[in-house]
Amino acid sequence: MTEQFEPTIIGFTCNWCSYRAADLAGTSRMKYAPNVRLIRMMCSGRLDPTFVLRALSGGADGVMITGCHPGECHYIEQNYKALRRFLLLRRVLTGLGIEPERVKLVWASAAEGARFASETTAFVEEIRKLGPLNWGKPVAALENLQEEVSKLEEVPA
Amino acid sequence: MSEKIGVYVCHCGTNIAGTVDVKGVAEWAAEHLKHRGVVIGREYKFMCSSLGQELVEKDIKELGLTRVIVAACSPHLHEKTFRTACERAGLNPYLCEMVSIREQVSWVHADKAAATEKSKAVISGGVERVLHNEPLEPIRVPIHADTLVVGGGIAGIQAALEIADAGYHVCLVEREPSIGGHMAQFDKTFPTLDCSACILTPKMVDVGNHPNITLLTWSEVVKVDGFVGNFKATIRKKARYVNTDTCTGCGICWEKCPKKVVDNVYEAGLGNRKAIYTPFAQAVPRYPVIDVENCTYFKNGKCKACQIFCPTEPNSINFDQKDEMLEVQAGNIILATGYDLFDATRIPQYGYGKLPNVFTSLEFERMCNAAGPTEGKIVLRDKTTTPKSVVIVHCVGSRDENYNKYCSGICCMQSLKFAHLVMERTGAEVYNCYIDIRTPFKDYEEFYKRVLEEGGHFIRGKVAEVTDAARLPEEEGKLIVQVEDTLIGKQRRIPVDMVILSAGIEPRHDAKEVGKLFGIACGASGWYTEKHPKLDPVATMTEGIYIAGCVQGPKDIPVSVAQGAAAAARVLGKIQQGVISLEPIKASINETQCSGCRICNGLCPFNAIAFIEDDKVSSINPALCQGCGTCVAACPAGAISGTGFSDAQIIAQIDGLLLRNLEPVEA
Amino acid sequence: MKQYAYYPGCSLESLATSYNLSTLEVAHNLGVDLKEIKDWNCCGATAYFPVDELLAHTLVARNLALAEKDGLSDFVAPCSACYKNAYFTNAYLKKDPDLAEHINYALEADNLHVNGTMKVRHLIEVFIEDVGLEEIGKKITHPLKGLRVAPYYGCQLLRPRKENENVENPQFFESLLSALGAEPVDYPSKTRCCGGSLIITNRKAALDMVHILLQDAVNRKADVIATTCPMCNVNLEVYQGQVNREFGTQFAIPVMYFTQLMGVALGIKPGKLGIGKELVSGEPVLAFAY
Repeated sequence: MTEQFEPTIIGFTCNWCSYRAADLAGTSRMKYAPNVRLIRMMCSGRLDPTFVLRALSGGADGVMITGCHPGECHYIEQNYKALRRFLLLRRVLTGLGIEPERVKLVWASAAEGARFASETTAFVEEIRKLGPLNWGKPVAALENLQEEVSKLEEVPA
Repeated sequence: MSEKIGVYVCHCGTNIAGTVDVKGVAEWAAEHLKHRGVVIGREYKFMCSSLGQELVEKDIKELGLTRVIVAACSPHLHEKTFRTACERAGLNPYLCEMVSIREQVSWVHADKAAATEKSKAVISGGVERVLHNEPLEPIRVPIHADTLVVGGGIAGIQAALEIADAGYHVCLVEREPSIGGHMAQFDKTFPTLDCSACILTPKMVDVGNHPNITLLTWSEVVKVDGFVGNFKATIRKKARYVNTDTCTGCGICWEKCPKKVVDNVYEAGLGNRKAIYTPFAQAVPRYPVIDVENCTYFKNGKCKACQIFCPTEPNSINFDQKDEMLEVQAGNIILATGYDLFDATRIPQYGYGKLPNVFTSLEFERMCNAAGPTEGKIVLRDKTTTPKSVVIVHCVGSRDENYNKYCSGICCMQSLKFAHLVMERTGAEVYNCYIDIRTPFKDYEEFYKRVLEEGGHFIRGKVAEVTDAARLPEEEGKLIVQVEDTLIGKQRRIPVDMVILSAGIEPRHDAKEVGKLFGIACGASGWYTEKHPKLDPVATMTEGIYIAGCVQGPKDIPVSVAQGAAAAARVLGKIQQGVISLEPIKASINETQCSGCRICNGLCPFNAIAFIEDDKVSSINPALCQGCGTCVAACPAGAISGTGFSDAQIIAQIDGLLLRNLEPVEA
Repeated sequence: MKQYAYYPGCSLESLATSYNLSTLEVAHNLGVDLKEIKDWNCCGATAYFPVDELLAHTLVARNLALAEKDGLSDFVAPCSACYKNAYFTNAYLKKDPDLAEHINYALEADNLHVNGTMKVRHLIEVFIEDVGLEEIGKKITHPLKGLRVAPYYGCQLLRPRKENENVENPQFFESLLSALGAEPVDYPSKTRCCGGSLIITNRKAALDMVHILLQDAVNRKADVIATTCPMCNVNLEVYQGQVNREFGTQFAIPVMYFTQLMGVALGIKPGKLGIGKELVSGEPVLAFAY
């Protein structure tokens, strides 16, 4: 039989809670699946939904968004904004024909290393069951985003 | 590619090297990311050591590195270390990034091959990201030398005195008519049994007389604008209806006032005050206030006894006085607004409010106080009968899944103190019903021993019920406390005359709203969140706002004083420096791209985004901005950029993590 | 008019027929349509659960399934033990799919299936919440003015605790009694257990508990104790004589179902409410009937 499909997952963490939860999982030597690669942002509210689309179209099979528990956001209430975007994003993904289960939102406080580890492993298995995404051929990375944008701004007379 | 990137992979002894092939990873980076600008890939046993740091510094100088990636432990540990090293070598520190291959790779993955591959991806992500890093400078803001202290309890008083004694001006705002807080209500303080008022009032007088302290009592902060170093607080100075310039505090007005009101604040409901009053005799300031809800004049235009009898020339009573709105500028703010007592009526089975001789701890403090409603006599509600037996119930509302899960910290000592006072003054039999006896600090355990030796009875069991339903003749007319004595394994019914509930302490009922005013958050139990629970208990995540005393969590008087002093020291340190450096992780709006849609305006909890009417664009105040990036993500025009976490950086990191940079880039 | 699936339970067919009679009379008067579940079975009361939990749940679930089959939404039980069993079996069905599977496997034999969609209510809840105290007040023809009633909630009506309920000092029974014009007595023992089935297995322990309840009611100068459960009623009334013998007391306080009190206040003839069958005369209440 063919070898097992190993999903690639991008995880967005917030500097104050979930990133520290990942660190705590590490300090506590908790083991979890190696398929997740983390990006640190200051807050889950920083999450631009286009990042998720970038990740999925770039070869990721799933995206995990993490942040502080509602009510405990370091910046007071920005995680609620992340939640709003996440909910809308799922609807957009469904419209694009992508299983909304490929994007998961997990709240984890800095003390919840175990939770971070278990949620990660669980998510990897869920994605494994869904199979690889293979979202078309990835467009080459735009070297100079600003240049491309300014080219678009030139409107013919 | 004009950038020159150095990649450094740390072994961390065997912490990383034991799982990840560090040498292979360093070589891979040097070879496969060469086309992305990596000019050198090194591995070393302990990158954070001085030798490790020197490797980086040497390469910066000799190879002309323009970007540095260190793959090691968590950036929360050593980002500063490596950034400082780069700075020493002449490279802007923000051009250095750390990626974690320890906490997030070697320590959490058992599969060595997978861990090694992940490390490569993580470094690749870091390399792509750092290409978009910009050289940044910390933002320096000047500090206003004044300090605002909110809350005139012992913690606030201590903080105010320390700063004022150091020669700087403090504005102390207190909601009640007098400072003193809860400490002013107590009779004796444990473990020394010092008279609370005797040790507190000298400090209160100092505050009242201090040339460097502006005392605003009967006042509340209603709005806070600004940012660290430059706060502007709007304070409502409520009308006292007394002219403080002429009032001498002689007390004739409250003597003559005919309207008695139950004092639910200072006397905890046990005693009365008048409609015009000062909360207690040693009040600072000594000027009374009129309680308009209960004043006969304000309710139906009659009486005016206070004004009639006021002896000063001109008369000090002014019924037309209005609330005043003041603006106070401050560089730093200390919040020391204290606690509220747990409402014992929430536990109906203890009978508080129904059964007359059940008292709360604060009521009992007032009872013991010589200046209190019973002149220090321990008596039942009928104000005459001395109890012959008393039960003191520990953990009322605390350590309880149904109410507050936390331990309130001070009630065991308080209960022991009560036991001692009851035995001393009445000779009554005293039973303390407890779960555990918590007496951790200096002389506390010794105090417990003393109470044991004085003859206090201790029953280890949480009281199930306090009732007056007698079943046996000896229970008639008494309060029966039903409790399981777990040490002997029996249920006991103890008939007593009086029950004292050691109610727990809780955050103030409006703590959340007040926190929002100042931009700080409450934790799960409602206490304000400190910057670090172990290492930074008086600072908050918001620069310039400090917390001291019970606002941060239950604590006794010595620790509250220590925290007040600690907050003062932090503030003084900032004032001395004159300027403060802020991390340059900020958002900024490109005005030419801003369409004025104002979507961002409502997203900022720190009110950092303002709409400029004249130009019809929004603008961000960098000193107020905390760098969360929510507005950056929200802007539909992409007009907002965030330094340190820009779109370009994050998108590049995504591409790098997915190893898309290994493909040749299409021109 | 809304139809409720009515589950009388075994006691209402035997020892507590007066509860059944008064329930049906009052419900009719207030316009509450109680449709008795056809072919209902015993709920297992308190005895069965310690014997075999799965079988006990299944027994209860059969009744829920029958009600669901009838297409009704509310399952009403006048007995607190039946109520408690139905409530929690219903709740577990929703939370534990494994349990639901086992139960439904058994129910299949009777061509039944339970989904856990019923809303389980105690009779007193239906009167207070669905009819409303105001409506009840309007229909009172014989207010029980001056009648001091001890509201005995009993324990299974309130415990185990359901969401957000005040189990230490509930007031809804007092409110109902006030709406009837009666004077609810401050009765701190109102949520204490009556001993339940212990009256059979450990007579002495149960009698002690009954003694506490009776003594407290008498101390508070109650004229009558109102109950919401046949077990409580039996323990407090039928065993009063034994309590007197055991403790040397002289209790003679009437114990009546709350529906009987409601019936009298609504002007229904006492005979129709099963009044006159008690061991301790319901005289104080009877006085209001005429």
